[in-house]
Amino acid sequence: MVTLTVNGTARSADVDAATPLLWVLRENLQMTGTKFGCGMALCGACTVHLDGKPVRSCSTPVSAVAGRKVTTIEAIGQSATGRKVQAAWKDIDVPQCGYCQSGQIMAAVALLEEKGKPTDADIDAAMSGNICRCGTYPRIRAAIHQAAGTKGA
Amino acid sequence: MTTQRVNSSSRRTFLQGGAAAGGALFVGFVLPGCSAFDDPAVAAAAKAPPTPAAPTSAMPNAWIRVGSDNSVTILCARSEMGQGTFTSMPTLIAEELEVDLSKVKVEMAPAGELYINAMLGGQLTGGSTSVKDAYDRLRVAGAQARIVLVQAAADRWKVDPSQCRAQDAVVTGPAGQKATYGELAAAASKLTPPKEPKLKDPKSFRYVGKWVPRFDTPAKCDGSAEFGIDAKVPGMLTAALAQSPAFGGKVARFDAAKAKAMPGVRHVVQISSGVAVVADTYWQAKQALIAADVQWDDGPNAKLSSEAIAAEVRQAANRAGSPTFKKVGDADKAMKSAAKRLEAGYDIPYTAHVTMEPMNFIADVRADSCLLVGPTQFQQLAQGLTANLLKMKPEQVQVRTTFLGGGFGRRVEVDFVLQAVEISKAAGVPVKLIWSREDDMTHDVYRPISHIRLTAGLDKAGKPVAFKYSHAGPSVTKRMFPAFVKDGVDPFMLEAAPIPYDIPNQTGTVAIHDTPVPTGFWRSVSHGLNAFANESFIDEMAAAARKDPVEYRRALLAKEPKYLRVLNLAAEKSGWGKPLPAGRKQGIAVMEGYGTYLAQVAEVSVSSGGEIKLHRMVVVADVGATVNPNIVQQQIESSVVYGMGAAMYDQITVKQGRVQQTNFHDYRVPRMNEVPQIEIHLIADGDKPGGIGEPVTALVAPSVANAVFAITGKRLRKLPLRLA
Repeated sequence: MVTLTVNGTARSADVDAATPLLWVLRENLQMTGTKFGCGMALCGACTVHLDGKPVRSCSTPVSAVAGRKVTTIEAIGQSATGRKVQAAWKDIDVPQCGYCQSGQIMAAVALLEEKGKPTDADIDAAMSGNICRCGTYPRIRAAIHQAAGTKGA
Repeated sequence: MTTQRVNSSSRRTFLQGGAAAGGALFVGFVLPGCSAFDDPAVAAAAKAPPTPAAPTSAMPNAWIRVGSDNSVTILCARSEMGQGTFTSMPTLIAEELEVDLSKVKVEMAPAGELYINAMLGGQLTGGSTSVKDAYDRLRVAGAQARIVLVQAAADRWKVDPSQCRAQDAVVTGPAGQKATYGELAAAASKLTPPKEPKLKDPKSFRYVGKWVPRFDTPAKCDGSAEFGIDAKVPGMLTAALAQSPAFGGKVARFDAAKAKAMPGVRHVVQISSGVAVVADTYWQAKQALIAADVQWDDGPNAKLSSEAIAAEVRQAANRAGSPTFKKVGDADKAMKSAAKRLEAGYDIPYTAHVTMEPMNFIADVRADSCLLVGPTQFQQLAQGLTANLLKMKPEQVQVRTTFLGGGFGRRVEVDFVLQAVEISKAAGVPVKLIWSREDDMTHDVYRPISHIRLTAGLDKAGKPVAFKYSHAGPSVTKRMFPAFVKDGVDPFMLEAAPIPYDIPNQTGTVAIHDTPVPTGFWRSVSHGLNAFANESFIDEMAAAARKDPVEYRRALLAKEPKYLRVLNLAAEKSGWGKPLPAGRKQGIAVMEGYGTYLAQVAEVSVSSGGEIKLHRMVVVADVGATVNPNIVQQQIESSVVYGMGAAMYDQITVKQGRVQQTNFHDYRVPRMNEVPQIEIHLIADGDKPGGIGEPVTALVAPSVANAVFAITGKRLRKLPLRLA
């Protein structure tokens, strides 16, 4: 039995300690907003926050998050930054297929928590680990600038 | 394109017969306006498939459900894979239905004859046809529903319907009487609407052609959107599947007992394509599959390589005597007397689709029914082939479509659906099959490896007098829609193959060269192959003639006003010929695809290490008309990025019968820091929309290749474009 704190609530799951956090969230805790994309921390679809920092849940064993705070897309709207990012995403109609967008939003929120007014170079650095096959990148950039109140290039 | 009508009953027979005859399926084109779809309301009463309608709702026709609380639900019959059908389809209905679009709910339609795409003859989302097919028909469906709702009100008030007015789901009578659609729906659903209702003048459109927010956006921003991988049915277990690493290999042996002893494992079953472990969770199934240690007999393709296939395809394109699809004048004679002769061969490798959501599907096989739930572009094929496999009738197979985490043509295929069906049947439980990224990349149906050989003869002034086109590669159509291949000519290898340029003597030949590597329809299908070759080669001709690429094209397009318009606007908007930032040059390409006319200008630099960087892409698209210009813009942005992958990074290679790339570390796709500035100029002053989900993809490679030539003088004739 593994216990962890997800979105402020203590949860437990009867899984092997090596099970990736991603699958514990999706299958044991029935929180499917966090997505499986590659299983190797290469695409960012599974991004969640661990103590406020973005991590790839597909490559994070659940044992590594014991006693730490996990935040997922389902609760990101509870923070002011999360709300701003979601609002900008909707205003600009960022998603297309939408599959990668949970991870994109989690990465964007983490960026804005770190740097309130990111430059384009900051956005490149923070977001280029998150793949979008629909190519929503220009709108993601615009939405981050909008959420930050900065004017993009 | 040969057009053929297949009526509903014969289509169903074809589905079963075609599948029984070797896995192939024929779905004929149906002329718009000739299908059983003509009269949705009438047909709905007789044939509407069961829908999850609440008991207190009524359906004025197969597309619209009105609740007694006056809630309006519109069914969407085209898979939402990012391209916006979940918004554009309901918008067309709502425009004529007279409802407040912001209050409409949208649901995916089930599989059913009523919901076929008349341009494709099946319930299929592809070919950039959704909006083209629906543009008139869904407005008609909306108008028909409004007319019966108004009629029901008029009957109630004993007035003439012309005295009544519908707005925002309320009908108002001449004396100020009011009735909601919710109050009228039950009576309306018993009435017969006119076959050809009068539609609104486009000038009075309230929603069509406007930037309506996408219906699916909110759920895609908080994790609540349901993709196939998220869906559930009661009692469901999850499966992982091992498939042969080599194409056509067979299971040699595996350790079922060891897998079965792993935590959570319920079943270990062998199916036609491999070994599946069914467990409580995917992670458990995946671990147990490793423990099963499946060994393979590589079979007949153990030595297959893409390098050898590329050489074969090249030879096939160079061979004389292939089937001819175009002949104008006498190209051979004109070529002999030409002052200058150019010849070039273009190589296109295999490319994977790589949707963000790996393939997956739920199947719940019962004794006399089957429920399928998941992401598919082709409900009718999933339904038909499942019925065939289970020896059931198609109506015993229900299909519920979730959101698709990307399609790009991959989810036109149903290999993974049938695998889920086989596993569910063998295990006797509802099963969700999930592929890993490695499964997805190594068991795709790849964009066909192809070689296109072009020859041109120029006169003394550099003007072309002869043009010869020869193309060889595998045919996807032969497997999927064999009836379209006539006399050895596959029309879906020849999209954008006939050039628009005024050249008096031309021949075009094509050779189908099938290989054991599975191939499939990949965003823009053969437009991407042919536009790369043709639009690179016209640049080569311009260079040989010492002419500016835009000027050269302009002179040869004098009889093509639609091409000229996009060409000239692209030259103007891109600042063609004007000074650019240091190190940058531009390349242009033009094409018509799916009824949309395109000109694109790529602005590129090359680093000292030979790395090609795309800085800016100007896209001029004459799309005729739009339903939602925001979604059109999204599709153009998307296509530029997706096209960049195939143009500059993507390539699948095969060695020893196996795909060598397995995940994003060895299959490079465009990322945030690589995306250019994209400038879009839409022309939409026509009366019919063209398709926009795909064509822009095709012009990225030639426009970038032409810019690279402008910078380096090197002509890159092989994708992906690489200097180093």
